[in-house]
Amino acid sequence: MAIRKKELQISRRTFIAGTAGTTLVMGLGTLLPGCSREDAVGDMAAGASKRFAPTVWFELDGTGALLVNIAKAEMGQHVGTALARVVADELGADWSKVSIKHVDSDPKWGYMVTGGSWSVFTTFTMLSQAGAAGRTVLIEEGAKMLGVEPADCKAVGGSVVAGEQSVSFADIVSKADISRSFTEEELGAMPVKAPADRDLIGKPTGALDIPDKARAQAVYGLDTELPDMVYAHPLIPPTRYGSTINSIDDTAARDIPGYLQTIQVSDPSEFVQGWALVIAENFPAAMKASDAVEIDWAPGPTAAVTEAHILTEGEKLTADASSGALVVNDGDVDAALQSADKTISGTYRTSTALHFTLEPQNALVEYVDGVFHIHSGNQWQSLILPYLAKSLEVEESQIVIHQYYLGGGYGRRLFGDQMIPAAQAARELGRPVKLIFQRAEDSRFDCVRSPSVSQLHASFDGDGALTAIDHAAAAGWPTLAMAPGFLADGVDGNGKYDTFSISGADHWYTLPAHRVRAINNELAQRTFLPGWLRAVGPGWIGWSVESFMDEIAAELGEDPVEFRLARLDAAGKNAGAAPNSVGGASRLAAVLRDVAERSGWGKELPEGEGMGVAVSHGQERNMPTWTACVAHVAVDPETSKVTVKKLWQSIDCGTVVHPSGAMNQAEGATLWGLSLALHEGTAFEDGEVRDQNLDTYRPLRMADVPELDIKFMESTEFPTGLGEPPLIAVPPAVGNAIFAATGTRVRDLPIRL
Amino acid sequence: MIKFEVNGNTVTSDSPDDTPLLWVIRDELKLKGTKFGCGIAQCGACTVHVNGLPTRSCVTPIAAIQDQSVTTIEGLATSEGEALKTAWVDEQVPQCGYCQSGQLMQAANLLANNPNPSDDEIVEAMNGHLCRCMAYTRIKKAIKAASGGGEA
Repeated sequence: MAIRKKELQISRRTFIAGTAGTTLVMGLGTLLPGCSREDAVGDMAAGASKRFAPTVWFELDGTGALLVNIAKAEMGQHVGTALARVVADELGADWSKVSIKHVDSDPKWGYMVTGGSWSVFTTFTMLSQAGAAGRTVLIEEGAKMLGVEPADCKAVGGSVVAGEQSVSFADIVSKADISRSFTEEELGAMPVKAPADRDLIGKPTGALDIPDKARAQAVYGLDTELPDMVYAHPLIPPTRYGSTINSIDDTAARDIPGYLQTIQVSDPSEFVQGWALVIAENFPAAMKASDAVEIDWAPGPTAAVTEAHILTEGEKLTADASSGALVVNDGDVDAALQSADKTISGTYRTSTALHFTLEPQNALVEYVDGVFHIHSGNQWQSLILPYLAKSLEVEESQIVIHQYYLGGGYGRRLFGDQMIPAAQAARELGRPVKLIFQRAEDSRFDCVRSPSVSQLHASFDGDGALTAIDHAAAAGWPTLAMAPGFLADGVDGNGKYDTFSISGADHWYTLPAHRVRAINNELAQRTFLPGWLRAVGPGWIGWSVESFMDEIAAELGEDPVEFRLARLDAAGKNAGAAPNSVGGASRLAAVLRDVAERSGWGKELPEGEGMGVAVSHGQERNMPTWTACVAHVAVDPETSKVTVKKLWQSIDCGTVVHPSGAMNQAEGATLWGLSLALHEGTAFEDGEVRDQNLDTYRPLRMADVPELDIKFMESTEFPTGLGEPPLIAVPPAVGNAIFAATGTRVRDLPIRL
Repeated sequence: MIKFEVNGNTVTSDSPDDTPLLWVIRDELKLKGTKFGCGIAQCGACTVHVNGLPTRSCVTPIAAIQDQSVTTIEGLATSEGEALKTAWVDEQVPQCGYCQSGQLMQAANLLANNPNPSDDEIVEAMNGHLCRCMAYTRIKKAIKAASGGGEA
């Protein structure tokens, strides 16, 4: 994917290590033009550098304490712990002395994005090399102090050890004057540990952020304050785009103590159109005044759009063979369809879904000395910074985003559009502004998961053999709305498409012919800002692909597991490649076999119960996380109520860096999948989402949690993503189980029988 | 002026009577552990104890707590509270962590009244608390671990 490749695009990397007082500063990054390695070591040692951009930066102080800077957002995945474990393992550090720091948006950190389940995958090699380089430096110095050869030393538990002798990192850092650097080529040759030699990766440990969270001492964006700040609450127009304010009447608000004024927002970046902000000395006054202020809006052109309009448009588009861009075009699908003895079709639809981060959107902005300081938890600083600069008509260098814990991300905080009105107001008012959304406003301004339509056709020859699958999918595209530069080209050179909104359709089954078209639903695009919701495209594409595979198996009278295994033969393009997808489809077959065996697939079940299966390859074909899910459901014959009795998952994400955090993510993502299958979903009505709070939008609760049996496959392969992939196979597994239990095929999410 | 007790200290607020307790706790008393989630008493993130009873502070006007005693997560020092906080770390419960103070306040009340809750009793007590990260299995496990019987 183009976005994650941004992180890796920087061509030449250098490792530097330099003594600064009693601290050894180490970084892996890019030397900017005109900066020598010696300059960079000096700059870093002095505590700052505008000439060296470290993507990895850690510091070992005179007590042996290791501080690892983390440029990723912490939103529940314990990412800092995982990344620091990689560095500390290679370094040979004492884990009890490791701490982490989440950094601000200084451009020196390079391209900043936390999403796509990429964090460990994209940084593992850099972190490993940097850690190994640091260990090499410490061993060189330690060997000198011990009077031995470096080759006779190891770094273990925060010391350099040679036989019976040892010297601590603390002593080395305190006494040595280090100035070292390694080139890209030297880094590539660094002696990175073999899996069997690892001390920390894959071993049990607690997450570094959990103690504070368990004592409610973690600081989220909402918790930040500045002296003399005012509070702001948004008045959101009836449509996302094109609404304008005719008049504002705040007469009734003027009697509310603490109310200051209502201001209009003008946004040259055009993400915030037709807004007003109620300003008050405290938030209760801002809320109360928001109810009292009367605004007359001229609504935008999508004020009458409904969910049905968007889905109908999607159905029309998927049925139109000339629409969209080609994503997969293997074999001659048209010939197979035309000569088919039989075809079957399925149209799958998913409803709008909300992020509903429990911490509502918020931003505290201070404009001082020509610089906007924005205090707000965010997942993709490098995306919002240029839009902020455009909106505020300033240089990006005049904006700093300060990072905090995120009270839920799930993709919502990939976009920081709430920062725009807060920053506008802070400059206009000359005081720091703390903008907080109430829940309904948060839902109305959400970049929702687009309603979607997938249409699939399968053809069979005279012998009943499957000859082709044709798949077209239409939805609103987040990447088109927010990051159009990252759209991909169609495989035939025609058109562009959002990889995030079709990923998963390019699966690992071997088929005689296979075609996939990705289509933008332009009505959806105009009505709302489509967002990236946890698992993104695969989260709804997987619903259609794996439900349809089940329909084909049923058509052929084959067992759903055996049908899939026969096509996961790892032949041709599905063979996989080092390092990301070693083994290819054979690893997907392995998790499928494993989950079938553990779940007792094929066993006799009582009337009204059934088991369903589905698989996924995670977020991207080039970063496959292999998952297989079996759902066991019971459907009440009287009420049609669906009860999920148990979910099994087998997951292969290669090396698991932080086992407890990985299981936490797998459990959470699995239940997210179940929540989107049975509990969550809203609809556009009059241009806005209908369900705006928990009175009617009802994510899964504790009482809805089935028995879970989740297993990670033992692996030392390259680590792939994990935060999202375990979500994907759950909804189709549940739908397929309902078919097994009742004979009724469900094709819409959320499932309503 | 409303006078009440928070975590054992007498405090006052000059805010209007209908001001939600949540914002007085967070913005006047600067106790940020209690969170704002839904604003309609449906998520549980804002849960505090008023005279020992779990109460949704986002919909509780301060006039209703005149002379009452409020405990927030910062003041949760009961044996159940301490056992829960320890279990929360031992069982590695939080993901994003945002809902956790509300979960802990509810769980502390559960264990104060029922030192050995069954699974069903835990679900009944905790079902009003949304964990958007869906760390429910570990929340349940940690409550069991912190209960009188300990982890089964």
